[in-house]
Amino acid sequence: MKSRVFTGFLIALVVAAAQLSADAAESRIPDPESRDDATITHVLNRLTFGPRPGDVDKVRAMGLASWIEQQLHPERLDDGAAAALLPPLDTAPASADPRELRRFARQQIQSLASEKILRATYSERQLQEVLVDFWFNHFNVYADKGRTAEYLAEYERAAIRPHVFDRFRDLLEADAKSPAMLFYLDNWLSADPDASERIDQMRTQRRANVFGRRPFGRLGRRVPVVPRPQPNQAGNPPQGKKRVRGLNENYGRELLELHTLGVEGGYTQKDVIEVARAFTGWTIDRDGTFRFVPAFHDSAEKVVLGHKIKAGGGIEDGEQVLDIVASHPATARHIAYQLAQRLVADEPPAALVDRAAARFRTSGGDLREVVRTIVTSPEFLASTVRDGKFKTPFALIVSTMRTTGATVSDAHALVQTLQQMGEPLYMCQPPTGYHNTADAWISAGGLVSRMNFATRVASGNMPGVTLPATLPPGDLALRLGSPEFQRF
Amino acid sequence: MNRRVFLKSGAMAMLSLGFAPSFLGRAAAAIGSHRKLLIAIFQRGAVDGLNMIVPHGEADYYRLRPTIAIPRPGGERMGSAIDLDGFFGLHPSMAPLKPLWDNHSLAIVHACGSPDNTRSHFDAQDYMESATPGLKATRDGWLNRYLQVSSEERNPLRGVALARTMPRSLEGRAPALAIGSVDEFGVRGGGAAFEAQYESATDPLLRAAGSDAFAAMRTLRQAAGTSYRPGADYPQTPFGKALAEIARLAKADVGLEVAFTELGNWDHHVNEGSVTGQIATRLDEFSRGLAALAADLGDRLADTVIVTMSEFGRAAAENGNRGTDHGHGNAMMVIGGNVRGGVHGKWPGLAEGHRFEGRDLAVTTDFRDVFTEIVAGHMGVSRDGLSRVFPSYVASSTPGVIRA
Repeated sequence: MKSRVFTGFLIALVVAAAQLSADAAESRIPDPESRDDATITHVLNRLTFGPRPGDVDKVRAMGLASWIEQQLHPERLDDGAAAALLPPLDTAPASADPRELRRFARQQIQSLASEKILRATYSERQLQEVLVDFWFNHFNVYADKGRTAEYLAEYERAAIRPHVFDRFRDLLEADAKSPAMLFYLDNWLSADPDASERIDQMRTQRRANVFGRRPFGRLGRRVPVVPRPQPNQAGNPPQGKKRVRGLNENYGRELLELHTLGVEGGYTQKDVIEVARAFTGWTIDRDGTFRFVPAFHDSAEKVVLGHKIKAGGGIEDGEQVLDIVASHPATARHIAYQLAQRLVADEPPAALVDRAAARFRTSGGDLREVVRTIVTSPEFLASTVRDGKFKTPFALIVSTMRTTGATVSDAHALVQTLQQMGEPLYMCQPPTGYHNTADAWISAGGLVSRMNFATRVASGNMPGVTLPATLPPGDLALRLGSPEFQRF
Repeated sequence: MNRRVFLKSGAMAMLSLGFAPSFLGRAAAAIGSHRKLLIAIFQRGAVDGLNMIVPHGEADYYRLRPTIAIPRPGGERMGSAIDLDGFFGLHPSMAPLKPLWDNHSLAIVHACGSPDNTRSHFDAQDYMESATPGLKATRDGWLNRYLQVSSEERNPLRGVALARTMPRSLEGRAPALAIGSVDEFGVRGGGAAFEAQYESATDPLLRAAGSDAFAAMRTLRQAAGTSYRPGADYPQTPFGKALAEIARLAKADVGLEVAFTELGNWDHHVNEGSVTGQIATRLDEFSRGLAALAADLGDRLADTVIVTMSEFGRAAAENGNRGTDHGHGNAMMVIGGNVRGGVHGKWPGLAEGHRFEGRDLAVTTDFRDVFTEIVAGHMGVSRDGLSRVFPSYVASSTPGVIRA
């Protein structure tokens, strides 16, 4: 009797143990409270731009879960030291001289690119900066298009960074109303085609008020800007007796395709046009800020994704569109997929995307909660996804600075290197932004530049970059240029 | 979903082809077998096609451009159009190309462009390079899709861009290289230790890319030599040097099928100039470069097509700053031994009623018709292949720039 019970107990024990080890073998999911170095390194790789010397020990000491919680609340982290390293930015010239504006734009792009590298290298708010890079690419603007560069500093500072842990709806509105996006995707020119006469009347009335030839100066006058079709870089209006003025679908299309629902999100060409109509009149004021101009707005009824927007509306038509798309289930899914793709795997696990999308819906699009769902998931911690992502040139350069503990006194040479590697910062022309998946970046030519970059840094030949006096043993160039270091 | 399929097929292709640089042997075997070569040159910034290929037989051209028109052939002491066929002429800075016209190696397609009406440089360039106007979701470029359908050979030297970053035209899953110059493409110190690392990499994608990189480096070192001198007089500019490098690769027989380079600064909104000035300077560099390339290629020109393109043309009328604003139709040039010389395409005229949106040269030939003819008639891609190079587009007719 006794022995039978004991045998039964033994069998149960063996079965349980087998089950346990089967589970472990299958998913190899460590305890989220885990303190093993491999897990900590993985988490640091994904939620920062790479561990610095000593970071693993620091996280082990404070516990992985509390470190993650801290990163989810960047406002609780003092970042004064990193902020002090950032060079001051120039302000746009008051002059309307196109050559001077071009020179300013070029310099501004350089300064912002340096700033981005320094922030990514030194900020304590690493997850925030990882997400700023993610969301900038999600809402990409191209600095070389017309006057976009003039709006760029404010774009990242005011439209993107404050909202990466905010509600998606708030991020979306900040973006929709940003001069950089309004300019880049041409919405500032979009007007009700029937509004031509109204606009011509306004223009006649206003002619006396206009200062100079600059479409919008920083002169402080609150005079609504008059959209002109396709301003060129010299700032002169196009020729033709009658100015071509009308609906521009550019923003409407990208809002649905890239920013919210996704290309397979179930919208039609009719929806694109209706969305574009809702945003007519969303433009840029003379002082370079957002302005809604009722005279350009098409106030007739619209139907967007099955929702009726009543006739007679103004700025609220566009805001209603943002409500509709931000709460659309396809948006929850699209954003969840993209975040999981950046943080977990190029082809993220479907079950995780489902849970993150569900969290998006139940939390009202709270991005902190969506990110939390992803980064505390078993899928994120599973050893199978480790080292599965391929570093973009930006991630490679910054992680090189961080892993070596290098001092970057001047980031210009690094900015230059990024250009050569094919990721010039703020200079991605298409609205898709830079991809973060391996297929976009693994190439023979790319590897050659990576090996040369590794050699240059390791031999101390990168201007503005100083390596610490003592480095871990082994060939540094080979380590930085290795296949393993290109992954994270 | 598309992305996923794309990624998978890319990885599968790499895996199935293994990682041995076997193309080396094949490239060597191909020497003397005369691969067809396509050289694509992008004039970024929208060249003024009406001052490049001048419709001097068109009275409206002179009415619309009182200060910047190119005078009728033989007209002015300061310079005038070089007559081609009694109606069209070359800008006088393009004199270096006249011999190619005379021996019927230069074809021009005028009033050529995109069905999309965007006047945005970046959208129009994107559409021309993806060759899917109006569709931004296309991930790869038309030249890369050509490489994908024409051969399984894993040789990154089949497609080379002389450019800092991979141009959109050559982006995609077929291996290709973007290099600043042949001599720059190498790892300091030879990189033997790096190569060993990549050979033993557990990651198949990186192992394949590393193998491509070192194999290409070796091929280039052996075939292209180290103290190379161009065989023609190129402009001493980045564009001239890029063209010289293309000829170098073509002559070295490294398996080159598609080459790409670009020349910018055509966006002349202010003081464009006429027979002299900004556009004349740019066209001088452009034409001397192309003429040198044709001369340098020598016998290889028989198997080569050079095609020039620009995202859109410029407005028919000059603006208030003696420049031109963004327009629509433009001119493309096709140069090569197998080319049917002449001015091709239907000329829509510049009368107001015939202009696009009342202001620009209209488009009567879709730029993809020119690409299609080159890819099919010159590069020999089948009808089935064409549908993959130009998805959801079938040229209804081709301009006739390639000799049948």
